[in-house]
Amino acid sequence: MSNDTYSLPKLPYSYDALEPAISKQIMELHHSKHHQTYVTNLNNALKTLSSSQNDIPAQIALQPVLRFHGGGHINHSLFWQNLAPPDSAEAQFSAAPKLTAAINATFGSEQAFRQKFNAALLGIQGSGWGWLVKFENEGGRIGIVTTKDQDPIVGAGEVPVFGVDMWEHAYYLQYLNGKAAYTENIWTVINWKTAEERFLGKQADAFTVLKASI
Amino acid sequence: MATTLFRQNAARSALRTLKPITGARAGLGGVTCTRGKATLPDLPYDYSALEPSISGKIMEVHHKNHHNTYVTSFNNFTEKLSTLSSSSDQSPQSIADQAALIPLIKFHGGGHINHSLFWENLAPKNQGGGELPSGALGKAIDEHYGGLDKLKEKFNAALAGIQGSGWAWLVQDMGTGKLSIVTLQNQDPVLPPLRPILGVDAWEHAYYLQYQNRKAEYFGAIWDVINWKAAEKRFK
Repeated sequence: MSNDTYSLPKLPYSYDALEPAISKQIMELHHSKHHQTYVTNLNNALKTLSSSQNDIPAQIALQPVLRFHGGGHINHSLFWQNLAPPDSAEAQFSAAPKLTAAINATFGSEQAFRQKFNAALLGIQGSGWGWLVKFENEGGRIGIVTTKDQDPIVGAGEVPVFGVDMWEHAYYLQYLNGKAAYTENIWTVINWKTAEERFLGKQADAFTVLKASI
Repeated sequence: MATTLFRQNAARSALRTLKPITGARAGLGGVTCTRGKATLPDLPYDYSALEPSISGKIMEVHHKNHHNTYVTSFNNFTEKLSTLSSSSDQSPQSIADQAALIPLIKFHGGGHINHSLFWENLAPKNQGGGELPSGALGKAIDEHYGGLDKLKEKFNAALAGIQGSGWAWLVQDMGTGKLSIVTLQNQDPVLPPLRPILGVDAWEHAYYLQYQNRKAEYFGAIWDVINWKAAEKRFK
């Protein structure tokens, strides 16, 4: 590993741009504090890793830390990009014609898909994420996946189309324990243009935003 | 069912303000049930009584909404299991449906147990919150950790190391009697051979309205409202 460190990517919109679905206060804390902490701890872990080159036990002991904070950095970077202000053209379902066809073919309708996705989100026990994923190795099949804590979607051939953060810090200041309302409102700010691009691309394409933030 | 429980609990909460708080509960005494159903236990203090360590708003939402959801969901899933398991249909499908309920029962049952123990091992300062442990537990802490400050340091490091949602517990091994600190994910309850002595909720809902991302401040402030008397009663 070189001396390069990861940095917090800029949001492609202002902190208040996702209101009323997600409040400005949540966005500001979530980006400038939570995401920043994952970046800082990821860089620290990588620094320790590079200074433990001949120490396999120390390297192994760092793996969970790397996975957690590296995953946090990946997940949040993907999340910010797959959200958009509710009035923007990107936030309209029509911005994703090819993905729409795949969703209809797989789930029957957009509404049925949302219901399934929300049920998956509400079924997460503890902290985690819900993702729509394209499986490159399975003929481009799409499916809903939930992950725990900050486990990242980086499996072989897994293309993250879009994700929804179900950690309490993602909604609590606004929705408290009413997380079902958060999972309803999030649909007004999904960036379908980004989702379409990721759906049509490969795994590496989805992660370009991360490479840009080194 | 949920509505009935809410109403019942609201009535009991109203009563609480008229009646003086009665004696402390021991062990799992905080886990209450009536007619085979788990019910939300009353708090042994007011929602605002743990301020400034934990705000009244947090306590209210945490108890009335979060804890109550664990209680109603636990009852809901155990009822479903009971219906399935007492049916004459014990086909593979029915057994699969029953097995699928087990993680849900563990999660919501664990949430009910954990929160019940948590409320009980907290106390306002004027009811002994933050008073140093004494007796056999105080002695065991001194022997095992070299004092309460060392225990706090280790416990807070354990809390800070939780990745995601979970709890940290001071536990006693039922076989050896030894103390240790464990962290458990989500709502996993402390199970034998470990006995829960003291628990701290590290879910974001336990502190976020007051501390946001500054969870280390919450972990520091919680010690002012730890009820060591309740912890001593759990220690054998």
